[in-house]
Amino acid sequence: MLHTVNKSPFQNTSLESCIRFTLPGDIILLLEDGVFAAQVGTSKSDLLESAMKKNEVYALEADLKARALTNLVPGVKITDYAGFVDLVEKHSTHAWL
Amino acid sequence: MAEDVKKIMFTVRKPPHGSIYVYEGLEVKLIMAAYDADISVVFIDDGVFAVKKGQDTKALGIKGFAATYGVLVDYEITKVYVDRQSMESRGMSEEDLLVIGEDEDTEEPITPQVVDSDEIAAMMAEQHNILAF
Amino acid sequence: MKLAVCIYEGPYNHEASDSAYHFIQAAVQKGHEIKGIFFYHDGVYNVTKLMEPPQDDRHIANRWAELGATGIDIVVCIAAAKRRGIVDEVLVPNVRISGLGQLTMMAIEADRLVVFGD
Repeated sequence: MLHTVNKSPFQNTSLESCIRFTLPGDIILLLEDGVFAAQVGTSKSDLLESAMKKNEVYALEADLKARALTNLVPGVKITDYAGFVDLVEKHSTHAWL
Repeated sequence: MAEDVKKIMFTVRKPPHGSIYVYEGLEVKLIMAAYDADISVVFIDDGVFAVKKGQDTKALGIKGFAATYGVLVDYEITKVYVDRQSMESRGMSEEDLLVIGEDEDTEEPITPQVVDSDEIAAMMAEQHNILAF
Repeated sequence: MKLAVCIYEGPYNHEASDSAYHFIQAAVQKGHEIKGIFFYHDGVYNVTKLMEPPQDDRHIANRWAELGATGIDIVVCIAAAKRRGIVDEVLVPNVRISGLGQLTMMAIEADRLVVFGD
Protein backbone atom coordinates (compact mmCIF):
# COMPACT_ATOMS: atom_id res chain seq x y z
CA MET A 1 0.00 0.00 0.00
CA LEU A 2 0.92 3.60 -0.57
CA HIS A 3 -0.25 5.87 2.24
CA THR A 4 -0.44 9.58 1.45
CA VAL A 5 -0.31 12.07 4.33
CA ASN A 6 -1.04 15.73 3.64
CA LYS A 7 -1.36 17.10 7.19
CA SER A 8 1.23 18.80 9.36
CA PRO A 9 2.07 16.47 12.26
CA PHE A 10 2.21 19.48 14.56
CA GLN A 11 -1.50 20.11 14.17
CA ASN A 12 -3.04 16.79 13.22
CA THR A 13 -2.63 13.11 14.08
CA SER A 14 -3.00 11.79 10.51
CA LEU A 15 0.63 10.70 10.32
CA GLU A 16 0.42 8.89 13.67
CA SER A 17 -2.72 7.09 12.54
CA CYS A 18 -1.20 6.23 9.22
CA ILE A 19 1.82 4.71 10.95
CA ARG A 20 -0.44 2.61 13.16
CA PHE A 21 -2.05 1.03 10.08
CA THR A 22 0.97 0.48 7.86
CA LEU A 23 2.25 -3.00 7.19
CA PRO A 24 5.94 -3.73 6.71
CA GLY A 25 6.82 -2.80 3.12
CA ASP A 26 4.10 -0.18 2.80
CA ILE A 27 5.19 3.24 1.57
CA ILE A 28 4.38 6.60 3.16
CA LEU A 29 4.32 9.66 0.91
CA LEU A 30 4.31 13.08 2.55
CA LEU A 31 2.77 15.83 0.44
CA GLU A 32 1.22 19.28 0.88
CA ASP A 33 1.42 20.20 4.60
CA GLY A 34 2.43 16.60 5.32
CA VAL A 35 6.01 17.43 4.33
CA PHE A 36 6.54 19.35 7.58
CA ALA A 37 6.95 15.92 9.17
CA ALA A 38 10.10 15.32 7.14
CA GLN A 39 12.20 17.93 8.98
CA VAL A 40 15.04 16.75 11.15
CA GLY A 41 15.34 17.84 14.80
CA THR A 42 11.70 18.58 15.53
CA SER A 43 9.39 17.22 18.20
CA LYS A 44 7.93 14.94 15.49
CA SER A 45 11.19 13.62 14.03
CA ASP A 46 11.07 10.61 16.33
CA LEU A 47 7.65 9.74 14.95
CA LEU A 48 8.96 9.65 11.41
CA GLU A 49 12.08 7.76 12.44
CA SER A 50 9.92 5.09 14.09
CA ALA A 51 7.93 4.75 10.86
CA MET A 52 11.10 4.42 8.83
CA LYS A 53 12.06 1.27 10.71
CA LYS A 54 9.41 -0.63 8.74
CA ASN A 55 8.38 1.69 5.92
CA GLU A 56 10.04 3.77 3.23
CA VAL A 57 9.10 7.43 3.51
CA TYR A 58 8.97 9.78 0.54
CA ALA A 59 8.39 13.53 0.52
CA LEU A 60 7.18 15.51 -2.48
CA GLU A 61 9.89 17.85 -3.71
CA ALA A 62 7.60 20.67 -4.89
CA ASP A 63 5.98 20.85 -1.46
CA LEU A 64 9.35 20.76 0.35
CA LYS A 65 10.71 23.59 -1.81
CA ALA A 66 7.57 25.69 -1.41
CA ARG A 67 8.01 25.45 2.37
CA ALA A 68 11.78 25.97 2.42
CA LEU A 69 12.39 22.58 4.01
CA THR A 70 15.91 21.39 3.39
CA ASN A 71 17.15 19.62 6.53
CA LEU A 72 15.31 16.34 6.40
CA VAL A 73 15.35 13.26 8.59
CA PRO A 74 18.09 11.05 7.08
CA GLY A 75 16.60 8.38 4.87
CA VAL A 76 13.60 10.36 3.70
CA LYS A 77 13.49 10.01 -0.07
CA ILE A 78 12.65 13.05 -2.15
CA THR A 79 10.40 12.49 -5.13
CA ASP A 80 8.58 14.51 -7.78
CA TYR A 81 5.10 14.07 -9.26
CA ALA A 82 6.45 11.53 -11.76
CA GLY A 83 7.85 9.55 -8.83
CA PHE A 84 4.47 9.84 -7.10
CA VAL A 85 2.86 8.31 -10.21
CA ASP A 86 5.41 5.47 -10.14
CA LEU A 87 4.54 4.76 -6.49
CA VAL A 88 0.83 4.69 -7.37
CA GLU A 89 1.57 2.32 -10.23
CA LYS A 90 3.19 -0.11 -7.81
CA HIS A 91 0.70 0.23 -4.92
CA SER A 92 -2.96 0.85 -4.30
CA THR A 93 -3.35 4.02 -2.23
CA HIS A 94 -5.06 5.31 0.86
CA ALA A 95 -5.21 9.03 1.56
CA TRP A 96 -5.00 9.90 5.29
CA LEU A 97 -6.92 13.14 4.82
CA MET B 1 -19.97 -13.46 -4.93
CA ALA B 2 -17.93 -13.85 -8.10
CA GLU B 3 -14.17 -13.81 -7.68
CA ASP B 4 -13.66 -10.83 -9.97
CA VAL B 5 -15.92 -8.58 -7.88
CA LYS B 6 -13.74 -5.68 -6.80
CA LYS B 7 -13.17 -4.91 -3.13
CA ILE B 8 -13.80 -1.25 -2.37
CA MET B 9 -13.22 0.10 1.12
CA PHE B 10 -14.46 3.35 2.61
CA THR B 11 -12.51 4.81 5.49
CA VAL B 12 -14.26 7.41 7.65
CA ARG B 13 -11.85 9.45 9.78
CA LYS B 14 -13.58 12.82 10.06
CA PRO B 15 -15.93 13.72 12.89
CA PRO B 16 -19.59 14.19 11.92
CA HIS B 17 -21.52 17.47 11.58
CA GLY B 18 -18.60 19.93 11.80
CA SER B 19 -18.14 19.37 8.07
CA ILE B 20 -20.07 17.60 5.32
CA TYR B 21 -17.53 14.87 4.55
CA VAL B 22 -19.20 12.11 6.56
CA TYR B 23 -22.66 12.95 5.23
CA GLU B 24 -21.71 13.13 1.56
CA GLY B 25 -19.44 10.15 2.05
CA LEU B 26 -22.46 8.15 3.16
CA GLU B 27 -24.26 9.12 -0.06
CA VAL B 28 -21.41 7.55 -2.02
CA LYS B 29 -21.69 4.31 -0.03
CA LEU B 30 -25.41 4.03 -0.68
CA ILE B 31 -24.94 4.53 -4.44
CA MET B 32 -22.01 2.14 -4.63
CA ALA B 33 -24.01 -0.51 -2.79
CA ALA B 34 -26.24 -0.77 -5.87
CA TYR B 35 -23.24 -1.83 -7.98
CA ASP B 36 -21.39 -5.09 -8.14
CA ALA B 37 -18.67 -4.34 -5.61
CA ASP B 38 -17.55 -5.92 -2.34
CA ILE B 39 -17.93 -2.95 -0.03
CA SER B 40 -16.54 -2.45 3.45
CA VAL B 41 -16.66 0.60 5.70
CA VAL B 42 -14.12 1.32 8.42
CA PHE B 43 -14.44 4.01 11.08
CA ILE B 44 -11.08 5.25 12.33
CA ASP B 45 -9.98 8.25 14.44
CA ASP B 46 -12.76 10.86 14.79
CA GLY B 47 -14.82 8.84 12.32
CA VAL B 48 -15.94 6.69 15.26
CA PHE B 49 -18.04 9.64 16.47
CA ALA B 50 -20.15 9.19 13.32
CA VAL B 51 -21.40 5.84 14.62
CA LYS B 52 -22.19 6.95 18.16
CA LYS B 53 -25.82 6.27 18.98
CA GLY B 54 -28.21 8.99 20.08
CA GLN B 55 -27.11 11.71 17.63
CA ASP B 56 -29.77 14.44 17.35
CA THR B 57 -29.14 17.19 14.79
CA LYS B 58 -32.60 18.77 14.95
CA ALA B 59 -31.45 21.87 16.82
CA LEU B 60 -28.72 22.37 14.20
CA GLY B 61 -31.35 22.40 11.50
CA ILE B 62 -29.47 19.78 9.50
CA LYS B 63 -30.80 16.45 8.36
CA GLY B 64 -28.14 14.28 9.92
CA PHE B 65 -27.56 10.69 8.93
CA ALA B 66 -28.03 8.52 11.99
CA ALA B 67 -31.28 7.16 10.49
CA THR B 68 -29.50 6.22 7.26
CA TYR B 69 -26.70 4.49 9.16
CA GLY B 70 -29.50 2.56 10.85
CA VAL B 71 -30.38 0.83 7.60
CA LEU B 72 -26.92 0.14 6.14
CA VAL B 73 -27.61 -3.58 6.36
CA ASP B 74 -30.74 -3.10 4.23
CA TYR B 75 -28.43 -1.71 1.55
CA GLU B 76 -26.39 -4.90 1.92
CA ILE B 77 -23.53 -3.00 3.48
CA THR B 78 -22.68 -5.47 6.20
CA LYS B 79 -18.90 -5.23 6.46
CA VAL B 80 -18.82 -2.31 8.85
CA TYR B 81 -15.89 -2.01 11.24
CA VAL B 82 -14.77 0.29 14.03
CA ASP B 83 -11.13 0.63 15.05
CA ARG B 84 -10.94 -0.39 18.69
CA GLN B 85 -8.15 1.97 19.69
CA SER B 86 -9.84 4.98 18.09
CA MET B 87 -13.07 4.13 19.88
CA GLU B 88 -11.57 3.50 23.30
CA SER B 89 -9.28 6.53 23.21
CA ARG B 90 -12.38 8.65 22.61
CA GLY B 91 -14.15 7.33 25.67
CA MET B 92 -16.51 5.11 23.74
CA SER B 93 -17.28 1.42 24.09
CA GLU B 94 -19.20 -1.11 21.98
CA GLU B 95 -22.38 -0.21 23.88
CA ASP B 96 -22.16 3.33 22.47
CA LEU B 97 -22.36 2.22 18.82
CA LEU B 98 -25.53 2.76 16.82
CA VAL B 99 -27.47 -0.08 15.24
CA ILE B 100 -26.94 -0.48 11.48
CA GLY B 101 -29.70 -3.02 10.87
CA GLU B 102 -31.06 -6.28 12.14
CA ASP B 103 -30.31 -9.92 11.49
CA GLU B 104 -32.69 -11.33 8.85
CA ASP B 105 -33.36 -14.52 10.78
CA THR B 106 -33.08 -13.63 14.44
CA GLU B 107 -34.08 -9.94 14.16
CA GLU B 108 -31.21 -9.22 16.55
CA PRO B 109 -29.79 -5.70 16.14
CA ILE B 110 -26.48 -5.50 14.26
CA THR B 111 -23.83 -2.99 15.28
CA PRO B 112 -20.47 -2.27 13.64
CA GLN B 113 -17.83 -4.83 14.43
CA VAL B 114 -15.01 -3.61 16.67
CA VAL B 115 -11.63 -4.77 15.38
CA ASP B 116 -7.95 -4.08 16.02
CA SER B 117 -5.76 -1.99 13.77
CA ASP B 118 -3.74 -4.95 12.50
CA GLU B 119 -6.93 -6.57 11.20
CA ILE B 120 -7.89 -3.32 9.48
CA ALA B 121 -4.41 -2.99 8.00
CA ALA B 122 -4.70 -6.51 6.60
CA MET B 123 -8.10 -5.69 5.10
CA MET B 124 -6.77 -2.48 3.57
CA ALA B 125 -4.03 -4.44 1.84
CA GLU B 126 -6.65 -6.61 0.09
CA GLN B 127 -8.61 -3.74 -1.44
CA HIS B 128 -8.82 -2.85 -5.10
CA ASN B 129 -9.38 0.80 -4.19
CA ILE B 130 -10.01 2.79 -1.02
CA LEU B 131 -12.07 5.97 -0.73
CA ALA B 132 -11.35 8.13 2.31
CA PHE B 133 -13.95 10.44 3.81
CA MET C 1 -2.30 1.54 -16.20
CA LYS C 2 -5.78 3.00 -15.76
CA LEU C 3 -5.85 5.73 -13.12
CA ALA C 4 -8.75 7.71 -11.69
CA VAL C 5 -8.59 10.77 -9.48
CA CYS C 6 -11.14 12.14 -7.03
CA ILE C 7 -10.86 15.73 -5.77
CA TYR C 8 -12.73 16.91 -2.68
CA GLU C 9 -11.67 20.53 -2.18
CA GLY C 10 -12.42 23.76 -4.00
CA PRO C 11 -9.82 25.79 -5.91
CA TYR C 12 -7.23 28.10 -4.27
CA ASN C 13 -8.51 27.49 -0.75
CA HIS C 14 -6.68 24.17 -0.55
CA GLU C 15 -3.76 22.58 -2.35
CA ALA C 16 -5.71 19.43 -3.27
CA SER C 17 -6.69 20.68 -6.72
CA ASP C 18 -3.09 21.66 -7.53
CA SER C 19 -1.65 18.38 -6.28
CA ALA C 20 -4.19 16.44 -8.32
CA TYR C 21 -3.45 18.49 -11.43
CA HIS C 22 0.32 17.98 -11.21
CA PHE C 23 -0.18 14.28 -10.48
CA ILE C 24 -2.41 13.85 -13.53
CA GLN C 25 0.00 15.79 -15.77
CA ALA C 26 2.81 13.49 -14.71
CA ALA C 27 0.65 10.39 -15.20
CA VAL C 28 -0.35 11.48 -18.71
CA GLN C 29 3.30 12.14 -19.59
CA LYS C 30 4.14 8.62 -18.49
CA GLY C 31 1.50 7.26 -20.84
CA HIS C 32 -1.05 6.16 -18.27
CA GLU C 33 -4.72 6.21 -19.18
CA ILE C 34 -6.77 8.58 -17.04
CA LYS C 35 -10.06 6.77 -16.60
CA GLY C 36 -11.67 9.86 -15.15
CA ILE C 37 -11.46 12.80 -12.80
CA PHE C 38 -14.31 13.19 -10.31
CA PHE C 39 -15.08 16.38 -8.38
CA TYR C 40 -16.90 15.83 -5.09
CA HIS C 41 -17.72 17.90 -1.98
CA ASP C 42 -16.51 21.51 -2.55
CA GLY C 43 -14.39 20.12 -5.40
CA VAL C 44 -17.29 20.99 -7.68
CA TYR C 45 -16.20 24.66 -7.50
CA ASN C 46 -13.03 23.86 -9.48
CA VAL C 47 -14.65 24.07 -12.88
CA THR C 48 -16.83 27.17 -12.83
CA LYS C 49 -16.13 29.67 -15.59
CA LEU C 50 -17.18 32.48 -13.23
CA MET C 51 -13.79 32.46 -11.50
CA GLU C 52 -11.44 35.24 -12.49
CA PRO C 53 -8.13 34.90 -10.66
CA PRO C 54 -5.43 37.61 -10.92
CA GLN C 55 -3.53 37.36 -14.20
CA ASP C 56 -0.28 36.37 -12.53
CA ASP C 57 -1.94 33.38 -10.85
CA ARG C 58 -2.90 30.04 -12.35
CA HIS C 59 -6.42 29.78 -13.75
CA ILE C 60 -7.56 26.57 -12.13
CA ALA C 61 -10.83 26.16 -14.04
CA ASN C 62 -9.19 26.75 -17.42
CA ARG C 63 -6.47 24.28 -16.51
CA TRP C 64 -9.08 21.56 -15.96
CA ALA C 65 -10.91 22.55 -19.16
CA GLU C 66 -7.65 22.17 -21.10
CA LEU C 67 -7.13 18.72 -19.64
CA GLY C 68 -10.72 17.88 -20.58
CA ALA C 69 -10.02 19.01 -24.14
CA THR C 70 -7.42 16.25 -24.43
CA GLY C 71 -10.21 13.72 -24.03
CA ILE C 72 -9.99 13.03 -20.29
CA ASP C 73 -13.45 12.52 -18.79
CA ILE C 74 -13.97 15.16 -16.09
CA VAL C 75 -17.09 14.63 -14.03
CA VAL C 76 -18.73 16.96 -11.51
CA CYS C 77 -20.96 15.19 -9.00
CA ILE C 78 -24.55 16.27 -9.59
CA ALA C 79 -25.67 15.92 -5.97
CA ALA C 80 -22.72 17.92 -4.64
CA ALA C 81 -23.08 20.48 -7.46
CA LYS C 82 -26.79 21.08 -6.94
CA ARG C 83 -26.22 21.68 -3.24
CA ARG C 84 -23.67 24.35 -4.08
CA GLY C 85 -25.36 26.10 -7.01
CA ILE C 86 -23.11 24.64 -9.67
CA VAL C 87 -25.10 23.99 -12.86
CA ASP C 88 -24.24 23.31 -16.53
CA GLU C 89 -24.49 27.01 -17.41
CA VAL C 90 -21.54 27.98 -15.19
CA LEU C 91 -19.19 25.17 -16.19
CA VAL C 92 -16.06 25.57 -18.30
CA PRO C 93 -16.03 23.47 -21.51
CA ASN C 94 -15.01 19.80 -21.57
CA VAL C 95 -16.42 18.86 -18.17
CA ARG C 96 -19.78 17.29 -17.44
CA ILE C 97 -22.19 16.90 -14.55
CA SER C 98 -23.16 13.34 -13.69
CA GLY C 99 -23.99 11.05 -10.80
CA LEU C 100 -22.07 9.20 -8.13
CA GLY C 101 -22.39 6.12 -10.30
CA GLN C 102 -19.53 7.59 -12.30
CA LEU C 103 -17.31 7.63 -9.23
CA THR C 104 -18.35 4.06 -8.53
CA MET C 105 -17.36 2.99 -12.04
CA MET C 106 -14.02 4.77 -11.68
CA ALA C 107 -13.37 3.02 -8.36
CA ILE C 108 -14.20 -0.35 -9.88
CA GLU C 109 -12.72 -0.02 -13.37
CA ALA C 110 -9.58 2.00 -12.68
CA ASP C 111 -6.55 0.04 -11.51
CA ARG C 112 -5.84 2.83 -9.06
CA LEU C 113 -8.03 5.53 -7.57
CA VAL C 114 -6.15 8.42 -5.96
CA VAL C 115 -7.99 10.79 -3.62
CA PHE C 116 -6.94 14.41 -3.08
CA GLY C 117 -8.68 16.32 -0.31
CA ASP C 118 -8.38 18.02 3.06
